[in-house]
Amino acid sequence: MTEVAEKLDARGMNCPLPIVKTRKALNLINTGEILEVTSSDPGSVKDMAVFCEQTGNRLVASNEAESSYVFLIEKA
Amino acid sequence: MSSTAENIQDNAQLDAWLDKKLDELLPKKIEQIENAKTPSMSIIATKGTLDWAYPPFILASTAAALGWEVDIFFTFYGLLLLKKKLAAEVSPLGNPAMPMKMPFGPQWFQDFDWPMPNLLMAGVPGFEKVATGLMKKTFKNKGVATVEELRDLCLEAEVKMVACQMTVDVFGFDPGEFIPEVTDFVGATSFLPVAQKSDVCLFI
Repeated sequence: MTEVAEKLDARGMNCPLPIVKTRKALNLINTGEILEVTSSDPGSVKDMAVFCEQTGNRLVASNEAESSYVFLIEKA
Repeated sequence: MSSTAENIQDNAQLDAWLDKKLDELLPKKIEQIENAKTPSMSIIATKGTLDWAYPPFILASTAAALGWEVDIFFTFYGLLLLKKKLAAEVSPLGNPAMPMKMPFGPQWFQDFDWPMPNLLMAGVPGFEKVATGLMKKTFKNKGVATVEELRDLCLEAEVKMVACQMTVDVFGFDPGEFIPEVTDFVGATSFLPVAQKSDVCLFI
């Protein structure tokens, strides 16, 4: 399992911040590396999946853990 | 004579073959071209109140985050959103859809939508300042970015922002008051081709 190269804590942020900050954080890592995003916005679940599909990044995992959502994204 | 007839028959066969081949290959080719195209969005921003300041910047920053090309044409009161110091306000007066909920206190208190008589909203001086303050606090509580933050995120993501020269003149705006990142002062003529080519064009 590839190590998480960068973590983004987007808890407390509402649309569009989780996605916009994710885009920024992805710019900091290299292809193949993993970005871990934690969000408290339930809307971000669908948004993150669409974001990955639209931008070609791979959504490795999308998990819910006691009112927060954790996403693992592999940079394309 | 017969060679002409043969030619015609050959051409017809060639045409039929070409038709069949195009039917096979074109859909894939078109799909390839479409997938390779970068989606684009153009926005015509015409409003300057706080509630209308959010939509253009949220949509633009989200589209930019998705890798789209975004152009925003600020005109009329939208020009206020280009000022270095943003002072957008909002009022429920004439805005009956705006809920008046208090962003503080116990949850049952916060859930209550206060009916506001027009007389109160129109008569009490500074009411819009109160309403603006309450809205800003509501957004802060819910973790929504400020308009300034959203605008900065847009600029970082290279959203192109242009101002309408005509309304700058008409309303007497001082271009020196605008953020330096405004790329151009243009007319509708310059923006319409951009709008035409974009996949999504919004009038806000």
